[in-house]
Amino acid sequence: MQENEKGRRDFMGMALGACAAVGGVGALYAAKRSWDPLPSVAAAGFTEIDVSGAQPNVLNVEKWRGKPIFVLKKTEDMEKDERDVIVGKDRFLIAIGLCTHLGCIPAYKDGEHKFKCACHGGEFDASGHQIFGPPPSPLVIPPFKVNGTKLVLGEEGPEYKKMKDAGLIA
Amino acid sequence: MAHFDENAKPFSNKWLDERIGLNTLMRVLNTEYWIPKNINFLWAMGMVLAATFGILLVSGIFLLMYYKPDANLAFDSINYTIMSEVGYGWLWRHIHGVGASIVFLIIYIHMFTGIYYGSYKRGRELIWLSGMGLFVAFSAEAFSGYMLPWGQMSYWAGMVITELFAGGSLEAVGLVEWIRGDYVPGDAYLTRFFMLHVLLIPLVIIGLIVLHFGTLRLPHVNNQEGEEIDYEEAAKLYKEGNVKESKVIPFSPVFLSKDLFVMGVYFILFFYLVFYHFDFAMDPVNFDPADGLKTPAHIYPEWYFLWSYEILRPFSKDIGLIAFAFAQVVFFLLPFMDRSPNVAPAHKRGLFQIWFWVLLVDMIILTAMGKLPPTDPTFAFVGLVSAVLFLLMWPILIIITKFEKKIEKGA
Ligand code: HEM
Ligand code: FES
Repeated sequence: MQENEKGRRDFMGMALGACAAVGGVGALYAAKRSWDPLPSVAAAGFTEIDVSGAQPNVLNVEKWRGKPIFVLKKTEDMEKDERDVIVGKDRFLIAIGLCTHLGCIPAYKDGEHKFKCACHGGEFDASGHQIFGPPPSPLVIPPFKVNGTKLVLGEEGPEYKKMKDAGLIA
Repeated sequence: MAHFDENAKPFSNKWLDERIGLNTLMRVLNTEYWIPKNINFLWAMGMVLAATFGILLVSGIFLLMYYKPDANLAFDSINYTIMSEVGYGWLWRHIHGVGASIVFLIIYIHMFTGIYYGSYKRGRELIWLSGMGLFVAFSAEAFSGYMLPWGQMSYWAGMVITELFAGGSLEAVGLVEWIRGDYVPGDAYLTRFFMLHVLLIPLVIIGLIVLHFGTLRLPHVNNQEGEEIDYEEAAKLYKEGNVKESKVIPFSPVFLSKDLFVMGVYFILFFYLVFYHFDFAMDPVNFDPADGLKTPAHIYPEWYFLWSYEILRPFSKDIGLIAFAFAQVVFFLLPFMDRSPNVAPAHKRGLFQIWFWVLLVDMIILTAMGKLPPTDPTFAFVGLVSAVLFLLMWPILIIITKFEKKIEKGA
């Protein structure tokens, strides 16, 4: 009798435990999904910018996915770099304007042709390469496609894919 | 069935005792919860913390009635509606801001009191661990609250801190975007941190306070000499009327009156700050609305996070992150790193006393350096040295406490 009752109690416990475990895993998954970026947020991904009016050595900051995008037209005497984006005859630095250390926006010092990050003192040159301080990698190049004098951000054009394959984008 | 007296008047002492064990409860938690006599005002800090948490809760409830958790409305709902339209809205805001800052000062005093007197050692490990749980929960509470005004510092502190979860070279960008619910801090980010700040973390804090108090009940609080008191004997003396000879007094009403005195002094200072010096708790940069295209010239956290921020800053990214993570958890390990059997104040523990003051001063220096812009090379160097020293302090602790001489009790 007693043995029998114990078996039945254990069974109740195990049945409930098994169902609760399945439900718990499901709830965890639902919780995880609830924290995911909303589809509307994820979809607002493409921005077109026109670079025909850009002045050399003047930094323009555009916005893409809520992030600042640096658009810097290089002057003739600024060093060429494999990361330059070529639009027409002009060479550009196109990069996400967030420091690769912890995401502050570096400021452009046009006299020195350098970006300086106020947060922890990181510095980048005009091609986006890190040259001083804690940033571990160059400024990231966003996916782009050249379209005449325009750039589409968020779309991977052939130039971007080439850079990506060469491991240059970040 | 239990016996219920027919003649007991409803809600009388007897009536309540028969139903919820009122007298037992009072005995266990108050009249026979024995507190050593040999303690000083530093032992009132725990109750000061509990009272400050209460004040934060009440002022927060009033702020909650007009605050709007929406990236477009949040800034004005605080800086315009609450500050200039709501009657006495400014009072709740200043109480909440000053309280959030001062609570950390008291937490640090409370922690360092515990370290000085060895109150984390054998028998009291769980008090220490639940206390550290409270420290982490308060840190999360302060950070999430700092997001809510949606000013420039809210946005950029949010950006920098969530970026830490990418784990440096691990480049866990997906995790960061998952935490934010967006590519950058935005509306989804604000509303989830609002939820954390007003519900989930306060619930955790309340639970942890209950646990913290629970872990204190059996080991009892430590005392100025680290003396192991025979509570049965001391309680017996007290109850027999030998109040003078006994080493203990009951928590309530006797000890509580001392706590209340310290609290009184504390609240005079507290409300002085609220009415005349609230500006120290209000960063001017946060009176500019959040702007994802403009970083403030110099980003720094609130003062109570500066020491750990300064441990992150002087190193390269990955090493900085590891050092930072270490600094966040290392205090949890204190009861297990201190190998000495002595429960005694630091001034009786030889090298440990030096260790204690070096740690304290080092953390104050880190705090000061963390506030300075990163550009000055001398200060950057001082910051680096203090950060390295902080990391070295822990292996040093293990070594010096291993060789610490046992103090003979009764000597
Ligand atoms: C923030 C909320 C906290 C509250 C409300 C709180 C409350 C208290 C209270 C009422 C006491 C007993 C009286 C006293 O010794 O002060 C106490 C003791 C203690 N607390 Fe906390 N505490 C908090 C945070 C912490 C933290 C962050 C730590 C450190 C990790 C900590 C470690 C301790 C220790 C070690 C004791 C024992 C002191 C002794 O035995 O002498 N507490 N706490
Ligand atoms: S965020 Fe730029 S150096 Fe740290």
